[in-house]
Amino acid sequence: MRHIGPVFKREFLGYFRSPVAYVFLIAFLVISIAWSFSKFAAGGIFKAGIASMDRYFEAFPWLFLFLVPAVGMRLWSEEKRSGTVELLFTLPVTTVEAVFAKFFAGWAFLSLAVLLSFPLAITIGYLGNPDWGVVTASYIGAILMAGAYLGICALMSALTKNQVIAFVLSIGVCVIFVFLGYSGFSETLESVFPVGVADAVANFSFGTHFNAFLMGVIDLKDVVFFLSLIGLTMFLNVVALER
Amino acid sequence: MIEVRGLVKTYGTKRAVDGVSFTVKRGDILGFLGPNGAGKSTTMKMITGFLRPDAGTATVDGINVATDPVAVKSRLGYLPESAPAYPEMTVEEFLGFIAEVRGFRSTEAKRAQVDRAISLTHLTPVRKQTIETLSKGFKQRVGFAQALLHDPPVLVLDEPTDGLDPNQKNEVRALIKNMAVEKAVILSTHILEEVEAICTRLIVISQGRVVVDETPAQFRARQPGARMDEIFRTLTKGDI
Repeated sequence: MRHIGPVFKREFLGYFRSPVAYVFLIAFLVISIAWSFSKFAAGGIFKAGIASMDRYFEAFPWLFLFLVPAVGMRLWSEEKRSGTVELLFTLPVTTVEAVFAKFFAGWAFLSLAVLLSFPLAITIGYLGNPDWGVVTASYIGAILMAGAYLGICALMSALTKNQVIAFVLSIGVCVIFVFLGYSGFSETLESVFPVGVADAVANFSFGTHFNAFLMGVIDLKDVVFFLSLIGLTMFLNVVALER
Repeated sequence: MIEVRGLVKTYGTKRAVDGVSFTVKRGDILGFLGPNGAGKSTTMKMITGFLRPDAGTATVDGINVATDPVAVKSRLGYLPESAPAYPEMTVEEFLGFIAEVRGFRSTEAKRAQVDRAISLTHLTPVRKQTIETLSKGFKQRVGFAQALLHDPPVLVLDEPTDGLDPNQKNEVRALIKNMAVEKAVILSTHILEEVEAICTRLIVISQGRVVVDETPAQFRARQPGARMDEIFRTLTKGDI
């Protein structure tokens, strides 16, 4: 595991060596903050009259659906297309190390994007008296969920050398995890499968697990859900690269 | 130093490499010749551990690539075809990254290796430039610098002089020749004079098989008076 450091560093700084990082960070902040002030978010973060960041976080499952694939699609596709994958895997780096390094670089970048909304938290703290436990839990939940999305996107990226295909596949798989939490979708499932099966499937919803964090609850089962999804996708990522 | 025994690689139904065997000793510069698609690059990729052979073994310094790829990769410098590099990095950043992965972690050790590689390949004027802005010749030299950086005992170079102008070609050949005294070198090329100029041995590969393994002098003696490319054409007819 000693080679994770240099590869992580190159990958993370790589976002900032091109305009990708700045375009992404600005777009992410503009969209997420604009959402929280818009009338769609129950009239907006100020008009709601509650000192909380729920309005900001509630759109995250949908926001991540489009923005995380934008970060994840390049992880492996770009290396494959430009041939640098040959360079990387003839350096003394194991596949597991490379997968870890790249995933954590992407995750760190997404975490940075999420945490850069801190001025909003400070503003709300200045104007009112929010429950900081809930705010902290929401940030932790958002970062964990970003990791789960990224795991899926990194895996899709490892399957193709075309970034557009990686992007579309990522959205296609992630949207299933988002839809699972909606009643319309689970009702359809219940009409086809026994209730037990439908419930079990609905448990894989990103939204359900994320909402627990928004209520300030850091439940072990939600943390384990996101971490095991990350672990599973990373394992499959190694398999996809070694085949 | 390098021992290759019965390497086989199949892509779909096409057998790209079909039982290739040879050895390279320290001090040898082995020229790897063959038409495009004959299996040169595939063989090299299997030696470097990038591709896994379907059958056969490749060992470097007595270490089997299949069982300990990381140990082999750390003894080996590899220049892939068309010298891929991360375009958004500067030459210095890129070589610094390679140095770090190769285990030169302290600032001084890293700097020493990067400076050495840069001066060997004459990259000083472009060291602060991003790789995407470089000409093909400079990009090729960056790839070469990356392969030499850790002063490896084994060098595998896939078309090292491709895209260079005649002066640069000469320079790279001289560099390879000077270094080869205590190294084992494999280089693939399409330029037959290059083989004559620097290689101590040559292998011609055609349709995935080794058809010739001898010294350039023996190769020439096959058809006295003929040009090398005529001999080459006779030997590799099957590929056309």
